[in-house]
Amino acid sequence: MLRPLREKTWTDAPDPVVPIHQAAFPRHFREGLEYSSPARGGWNIVHTGMMIPESHQIFVCAAGCLRGVVLTAAENLTMDRFSAIEIREENVLNGDMEELMIGGVRDVLEKLPKRPKAILLFISCQHFFLAYDRELVFDTLRNEYPDIKFADCYMIPTLRKSGLTPDQKMRIQMYSMLENRKKNEKQINLMGSNLAPIKTCEVYEILEKEGFLVRSIQDCQTFAAYESLAEGVANIISEPLARMAGEELCHRLGQKDFYLPAVFRAEEIKAGYRALGQLLGFSPDEDFLEILEKTSEEAICRARKIVGNRKIALDYSFTFRILSFARFLLEHGFPVTEIYADAFFPEEEADFRWLQNHHPDIRLRPASTHQMRSRFEVDSDILAIGQKAAYFTGSRHFVNVAEGGGLMGFGGICEIMRLMEEAVITEKDAEEIIQKKGYGCESCL
Amino acid sequence: MRAVYGLIPTYSSDEFGICSALYELGGMVVMHDASGCNSTYTTHDEPRWYRQESLIFISAISEMEAIMGDDDKLIEDICQAAEDYQPAFVAIVGAPIPYMIGTDFQAIAQILEERLGIPCFGFAANGMNGYIKGMSMAMEALAKRYAKVPEPAQNGGNPERTDEKIREKAGEKRLVNLIGATPLDFSINGQVESIREWLKDHDMACNACFCMGDTLSDIERAGAADVSLVLSAGGLACARYLKEAFGIPYVVGVPYGREYSEKLAEKLKNVAGEDLRMATDPTTVIIGESVTSVSLSEAIFSEYGIRPVVLCMVDTDQEILRVGDRYVREEDQLIEALKEAKTVIADPMYRVLCTDKIFYELPHVAFSGRCFEKRIPNLIGRALKEEEKC
Repeated sequence: MLRPLREKTWTDAPDPVVPIHQAAFPRHFREGLEYSSPARGGWNIVHTGMMIPESHQIFVCAAGCLRGVVLTAAENLTMDRFSAIEIREENVLNGDMEELMIGGVRDVLEKLPKRPKAILLFISCQHFFLAYDRELVFDTLRNEYPDIKFADCYMIPTLRKSGLTPDQKMRIQMYSMLENRKKNEKQINLMGSNLAPIKTCEVYEILEKEGFLVRSIQDCQTFAAYESLAEGVANIISEPLARMAGEELCHRLGQKDFYLPAVFRAEEIKAGYRALGQLLGFSPDEDFLEILEKTSEEAICRARKIVGNRKIALDYSFTFRILSFARFLLEHGFPVTEIYADAFFPEEEADFRWLQNHHPDIRLRPASTHQMRSRFEVDSDILAIGQKAAYFTGSRHFVNVAEGGGLMGFGGICEIMRLMEEAVITEKDAEEIIQKKGYGCESCL
Repeated sequence: MRAVYGLIPTYSSDEFGICSALYELGGMVVMHDASGCNSTYTTHDEPRWYRQESLIFISAISEMEAIMGDDDKLIEDICQAAEDYQPAFVAIVGAPIPYMIGTDFQAIAQILEERLGIPCFGFAANGMNGYIKGMSMAMEALAKRYAKVPEPAQNGGNPERTDEKIREKAGEKRLVNLIGATPLDFSINGQVESIREWLKDHDMACNACFCMGDTLSDIERAGAADVSLVLSAGGLACARYLKEAFGIPYVVGVPYGREYSEKLAEKLKNVAGEDLRMATDPTTVIIGESVTSVSLSEAIFSEYGIRPVVLCMVDTDQEILRVGDRYVREEDQLIEALKEAKTVIADPMYRVLCTDKIFYELPHVAFSGRCFEKRIPNLIGRALKEEEKC
């Protein structure tokens, strides 16, 4: 629990809660000063970039901006794959950004004990205001180091409300070093997500039964393996942030682009597999899908008995389709009472309207507006699903998952039910768990 | 020379030094930046964030607001939050993009102060300087705004906080301002509390601490102290101001080790003593913040007879460094400066540069954040030989 200062001089902010039937879509809460909760399970661009094997990251930015990424790498035990070029006042005043970057990369390469296969060179917001010459920098480096692939990457939070967000951009750029190759008609890539679908997700079995080789960046141990992702005939994208990456790969490499979102209602899951089969020229085994559905229903039944009438709080950091998940839980009799989210993806609208009509009193709270420094309705017994929900409710019964957790399809539902049961039965220490960065990544903490 | 960090991390920046200094004082601090600074600071550089409440926010400036120089939205957003929280003061802190577009923080602070009727500070940080500079700006501003000699009761002063009352409470004890304390240099492992205890053990008392464990009311009576103790380079400007404004002398040092802390206590009582500008031993090196590192070097000398040289990669002042100590700005300069060293005492993140040397770990939040937080020792007033055994 938050400890007050020795002499508290301020009042708590009013609770920004709104019943969902009164909320606007896709964003209800006014954008103003932002608060950052201590739930740190979300990945940042450093974690994402580290998935490219044998690559090295170089960030070019001011000390303040560097601090977050350099310590992400440090905590992730990947400092040996990370370097920085610091922008100082004199660089801004002298306008020598290109020289700084080219010379800085040379210096880094001289220092590294082993030559990387690829360099992800990150620029920052300042570069846009300085109008630096991107072509000059990258052309020079590519000519000078023909054995190294260079990807231009972006840490540009100033631009996150106009155009692509840094997360969307990163999901595009991390595949920018793939070059057009002859396609393997039997290779399918699961692309764009920080976490691949869990191994019990049926998408693997469905595709493998049809003779497809299923690949993802998470399985790549070498840069050559990463490069062979270009041989895939199709990319399956499962989160909204990666949709532009799928489109870009389709346009640039001629790979088919298929969006199979991580939704939770059985009919939508099955519809996704049918559409995928149509694209790839097969019909999924309906009997198999029925068995999977039945298995998931059994898991749901078991979990419902254990969860009982315990109230449930959700937050957007658990999954990209939080409203689909809320609807799924409510349709199966789980009492969802509150949702923490600043805004929703446009593809969530149908589920939002359904919730407004069927469960109008669900309480909606933001996750990062200034009022959230105060915590409201602390309830250590509520079942919190997601790290931010765990923090805001103060619950000791929470499901610790972020970035969707690879929880897709019927296999994903079974796993979620298992995690919910476990959360009810076993208490967890949120302070110890949720402050670690990058859910699923290695951490020194 | 280019600022290339091929192998080691970078230190915390000026924005975070300001936030860290103001954290416990009941104000509202707003970093004027797009997004990342807030989570960076509260994740890596602010160990109090989970357990101790404070109003630290980010303005979340967008591309269009930056291009259009839209200060009105910033002011409106701050006013709305301030109305919700009723903080003791507001501080707005600069970052790289406001620096690029020439945001006038003083003017914004003045507008805010007129609208809100509470003290408002504008700090033109830019994220391109080290945390020491930020701490320095914040602590000096606090002293200038709040520090005074408490008014006598008959002149309208708080009868419980008059100079006489404070002295009566302190008895014969010498009143000391502690200046330059933030978790970036002192963690939250009890070092500052130990310094307060150490003062008591030597018949002195903490008058006001900039800025851990005390309140704005405590800061207000800073002008009543007999002497200031500067605990980090970030406290030097504040101590100089208090000397100039109130005639309060200052001493620089941290009471590490048993023998050195005794010498420092004597120096505080007499504001004189052994000149620390002694030649140092270049084969043993401490890398770190200058005041803490020089103090540790002296403590080591007191117990081991070796006076390690200090290499400092963050802002410092010639007043702090001794003969042989050096400010090294870049990684390459540090590598060069370490060539002669056989033994190094530094944050574990420096180990990569010291593979051929004897290395003693001394984690530093301002460098490695929370990576080694649990391994930070409390060396205040303790014999180093005992600590070495631990």
